[in-house]
Amino acid sequence: MYKEDTTLLDYKEAGLESEDLKNMYRTMYLARKLDERMWLLNRAGKLPFVISCQGQEATQVGAGYALDREVDIISPYYRDLALVTHFGMTAEETMLSAFAKKGDISSGGKQMPSHFSKKLCNIMTQGSSVTTQLLHAVGASFKFKMDGEKRVALTTLGEGSSNQGDFHEGLNFVGVHDLPFICIIENNKYAISVPRELQYGADKLSDRALGYGMHGEHIDGNDPIAVYKAVKEARERAINGEGGTLIEAMSTRLTAHSSDDDDSYREKEERESMKETDCLVNFRTYILDKGVAEEAWFEELEKEIKAIVTDATKAAEKAPYPDAREALTHVYEEVQHG
Amino acid sequence: MAKISYLQAIHQALDFEMGQDDSVFVLGEDVGKKGGVFKVTAGLQEKYGEMRCLDTPLAESNIVGTSIGAAMMGKRPVAEIQFADYILPATNQILSEAAKIRYRSNNDWNCPIVIRAPFGGGIHGALYHSQSVETLFTSTPGLKVVVPSTPADAKGLLISAIRDNDPVLFFEHKKAYRLLKEEVPEGEYTVPIGKADTKREGDDITVITYGLCVNYALQAAERLAKDGYEAEVLDLRTIYPLDKESIIKAASKTGKVLLVTEDNLEGSVISEVAAIVAENCLYDLDAPIMRLAGPDVPSMPYAPPMEDFFMVNPDKIEAKMKELAEH
Repeated sequence: MYKEDTTLLDYKEAGLESEDLKNMYRTMYLARKLDERMWLLNRAGKLPFVISCQGQEATQVGAGYALDREVDIISPYYRDLALVTHFGMTAEETMLSAFAKKGDISSGGKQMPSHFSKKLCNIMTQGSSVTTQLLHAVGASFKFKMDGEKRVALTTLGEGSSNQGDFHEGLNFVGVHDLPFICIIENNKYAISVPRELQYGADKLSDRALGYGMHGEHIDGNDPIAVYKAVKEARERAINGEGGTLIEAMSTRLTAHSSDDDDSYREKEERESMKETDCLVNFRTYILDKGVAEEAWFEELEKEIKAIVTDATKAAEKAPYPDAREALTHVYEEVQHG
Repeated sequence: MAKISYLQAIHQALDFEMGQDDSVFVLGEDVGKKGGVFKVTAGLQEKYGEMRCLDTPLAESNIVGTSIGAAMMGKRPVAEIQFADYILPATNQILSEAAKIRYRSNNDWNCPIVIRAPFGGGIHGALYHSQSVETLFTSTPGLKVVVPSTPADAKGLLISAIRDNDPVLFFEHKKAYRLLKEEVPEGEYTVPIGKADTKREGDDITVITYGLCVNYALQAAERLAKDGYEAEVLDLRTIYPLDKESIIKAASKTGKVLLVTEDNLEGSVISEVAAIVAENCLYDLDAPIMRLAGPDVPSMPYAPPMEDFFMVNPDKIEAKMKELAEH
């Protein structure tokens, strides 16, 4: 059950080892540091746009960690830097995309940053229209069912997306066919400036699962272990033919909506208090408390990640832009004649 | 070769492709057990199973959106929208997603889906069962839009559409389903997407059109021949992207061009054809470009006199042809 407190679940009961916790923390920390660096670069006038994962890394890495990266498919949304990093998006690829450079694996410099795509790593492409990606994951899960494959498709979205028609249409279809599908609502309680009270009247969005004929769960999205456990169980059900799961992970958006938003609609007090739920800080404390790692491990990690982020930034800054004529490429399949 | 209808030709194309490629599947409202409201997919569920001829919930965005997801994973979905008029809830998935998947992922992903939808009027379908919706899609690079005018083209173009590695919208004229019959090659038969086709040769005037209007234009051309004028009839077949080369050639050949569509006149496919002719053929023209289309009212009315008033027919085309020929 979701708790408002900051206590994390027991990792051993969730089936995790101490190494797992370190791996999870590492990915969360890398995503956070990449994200923070992008804001600095934005404020320095070097990047036109940033949209953040900050505060939602626990949900993303907890979910990713419960999946099988070799076979499962993710259809993420723009906040999922930590999820795609876990799935194999490299720090350099993230920076190349932020700078819109030629080597941007997601789009070759065609899309804004955080519009992730990397087929090799089972990351589906997304646009900016919200919730459309849900149906693509549903379609993938329909394929898995058709072909009798033990794979799942996972999509993520903000709670704002739960009001779109595609959300309803897609989850209804999952329920009809008991598809191997998982939807995680990363509920950070704001659709840009609109608070949850003005977005939906339900107590819990996960209650909607009942209406779709699928499993629903409401969890603490700031606890990576709770997310891992819920997604692990959802994956088991999915590949056993027991259908899809709707998970509402209560989460926190630590930044403004994007670099073009001033966050003025949230009181300073509220923004300050959010820091208490910072999943990265709480997970660090947990790891120390449980004796999984010492301070020295964190210090070492911090050095390592700083070097990775700096190297990635330098490489991306130096990299060439795509040629202007690339704007004309890949509209349709380009068939070579002769 | 047997004579079959436009509808049977489409059925044959689906059956042939489903038979030779396991990744092809059909989905839509009522396509399975009922075999479609027009019976285009009749018998396919019995032959290929419930999953490969899937009755979906009544939700068009889901039909198209899940097709996109399955296509990205290697399937070849053929989604049916029951009437083209009801494609609107799926337009976000078509325009924002399907059309842009290859481009925005820089060729990493692609989206080989076909969306079939019956369109067009003259069947007492009124406002919401008669529309020509093609212009919603004919200014979106990334999409291909096909409208066959004959049974053979319907079969050949649909097989090509299913094999195409990009999204194809396939609009079938519902009045043509049982009206048009001809000999259609059996088994494997393809017609290239992106190529217009000269359906009739003539030296006096050129008619450029697509869909059921091709048949009407051919009927009109035979009547006009009795007056001593021979019309060239060019069938666009693919209305996006347009076959500019064939349009320019056909317009330049006679110097007198009549463009026909049953869609509303303003901003229609033939508006773009007119622009192509104007840009490229000005010095070959012997008369102003002439257009014949539906009036600019929201949709086709139900009462027979009003429906007839809206619809293009051989009489209207013949009158325009004669006017142009005598110019």
